[in-house]
Amino acid sequence: MINSFKRGDGRRQWLRAAAAVPYLWLLLFFLAPFAIIIKISLADPLLALPPFTPLFDWAASGWQKIQVTVDNYLFLFQDGYYAIIYLSSVKLAAISTLLCLLLGYPMAYYIARQPQRRRNLLLLGIILPFWISFLLRVYAWIGLLNTHGVINNFLLWLGLIDQPLALIYNDFAVYLGIVYSYLPFMVLPLYANLEKQNLDLQDAAADLGARRWQTFLDITLPLSRPGIIAGCLLVFIPAIGEFIIPALLGGSDTLMIGRVLWDEFFINRDWPVASAVSVVLLLILVVPMMWFQRVQSRADGGAA
Amino acid sequence: MTGPMVKISGLTRRFGDLAAVDNIDLEIRPGELFSILGGSGSGKTTLLRMLAGFETPTAGSVFIDGVDMTSVPPYERPVNMMFQSYALFPHMTVEQNVAYGLKKQGMPAVEIKDRVMAMLDKVRLGALAGRKPAALSGGESQRVALARALVKQPKLLLLDEPLAALDKKLRQHTQFELMNLQDELGVTFIVVTHDQEEAMTLSNRIAVMNRGRLEQVGTPGEIYEYPENRFVADFIGNVNLVQATVTSVENGTVVLDCPEAGGRMLAAEDASSPVAGEHLWVAVRPEKITISKEDPGGSQRNVFRGVVHDLGYFGNLSVYRVELSSGKILQVSGQNRVRTAKKTVEWDDEVFISWDMGSAILLKD
Repeated sequence: MINSFKRGDGRRQWLRAAAAVPYLWLLLFFLAPFAIIIKISLADPLLALPPFTPLFDWAASGWQKIQVTVDNYLFLFQDGYYAIIYLSSVKLAAISTLLCLLLGYPMAYYIARQPQRRRNLLLLGIILPFWISFLLRVYAWIGLLNTHGVINNFLLWLGLIDQPLALIYNDFAVYLGIVYSYLPFMVLPLYANLEKQNLDLQDAAADLGARRWQTFLDITLPLSRPGIIAGCLLVFIPAIGEFIIPALLGGSDTLMIGRVLWDEFFINRDWPVASAVSVVLLLILVVPMMWFQRVQSRADGGAA
Repeated sequence: MTGPMVKISGLTRRFGDLAAVDNIDLEIRPGELFSILGGSGSGKTTLLRMLAGFETPTAGSVFIDGVDMTSVPPYERPVNMMFQSYALFPHMTVEQNVAYGLKKQGMPAVEIKDRVMAMLDKVRLGALAGRKPAALSGGESQRVALARALVKQPKLLLLDEPLAALDKKLRQHTQFELMNLQDELGVTFIVVTHDQEEAMTLSNRIAVMNRGRLEQVGTPGEIYEYPENRFVADFIGNVNLVQATVTSVENGTVVLDCPEAGGRMLAAEDASSPVAGEHLWVAVRPEKITISKEDPGGSQRNVFRGVVHDLGYFGNLSVYRVELSSGKILQVSGQNRVRTAKKTVEWDDEVFISWDMGSAILLKD
């Protein structure tokens, strides 16, 4: 008896350790760069290596002086340019997320209602694009969308158009790229949710007089809320900071925070401002997530 | 007399080559508490789902209260169902769950509130109206499911294994509650169950189902005492089955030769009208057999000698497995009417077992 207890405890400790290691790893390599970024964002730019003033200045007198400035943040708020970029990034990410949801929900629903074998095949189809490098897939879109790309040439050949359409280097191409790239991240959590919904619930609703669309609105949709939220976060968060897709498919007027970050770091070499931009971006993302966390825990509390 | 509440004719449902429900005819009267009894894979749930409208019949028709419902969708049928999983909506409170059907019907909110609360009180759940299903016990969930199905005052209530998820004590209690509720509301109940005891105590009539077909339809007494075939005899309760050949039929007495039991056997002539030379099965219920140490005699009785092979003491009754000289083992059960700690019959005792010829059931193959 006592032995088995000990063994159980040991196993639990082992499990805890096994979980702790990757968590610590993630925490360390989230917190350490983040601390560095915060530090840089509080410095002044400098024409030197590294291109910013140090946090601790060993003055000649031997006194340690801490140099901190919030100028970079003030600059972000004073210059309307950044506000516009943040807003347009949020808008782009939000619309892309919505498009992913509208496309992904019916897909996930359809897959979840198929027989087991077909389900696995269809899921494989969702995951299949991951076998090819993300960068390559975005590049492939250039070939498709170009002025003399596959799509334009095909339409010209069909005689449907006489001038090539402007399919690339605009917001349309960015939406297309983001929705294409992130759709699986919407479908998978939705599928996981819809697949485990008890089908008796739908039958019960029908039995109580609900038509199919009413059953969907009253039962299926509200119960899939955790899946919707998970999918939306998985699309929205990476989409808002997306760099490659707007850089490759977007036009010069496509303003996204990822590109601005790149420009500040590598073109302007203004590391402090660039760091401030990324800290603010993080705050923009953290606030809605914390709000969601609170709403969710309140909903769970009500159910218990 | 009014027509039947449910009239099923030639009802068939195929899944590929398999006929889950195979050409069933059945009539269920208004106000009946009717059970469909069968093992897993017997097609009983498919039959129920066709009554609810979740399955479309491959052939045949379903009339409910005289109206053809064969191709009417579930949301337009005057029928409600209680699911085995209860299927309570987890994101709604008890009250919202019960109100759902009335809301879809377009009833005014005030009226809904009254109806729902009255229904919840009826199943003693008034105090739990604000709870979510996750916070309910099994018995409470079962009553919410029942209330939700009954609140629309359906003509017909379908119950899929209504008691299966409850523990034994609660099951017995709930069983009587269900019967009282049915009696009070006068709604026709159709219960699907695999539990023969449940079907026996609950129902006015039982349909025994096997491999998509109805083996027998009758009252619990008819099904138990007058099974029409070997499946029903074997499925309901315990039974001893032996093969025999009819030697003669005279004055209502059937004489059989039964090498399996090692001798001659008598049975009363019944509706199966056996003829000499016919091969039959003889079924005898364990409680119809008497066990004794002395030869009971009597010309109308079948008497066999044997040795007690096994003995089970259950307090109120004892079950014996007696090995006949032919090697066949018969089960005998007896009430322990006398208060004694000593057993009158012991292991390896030589005993006589006997039964009245009227107790033997003759079954065609």
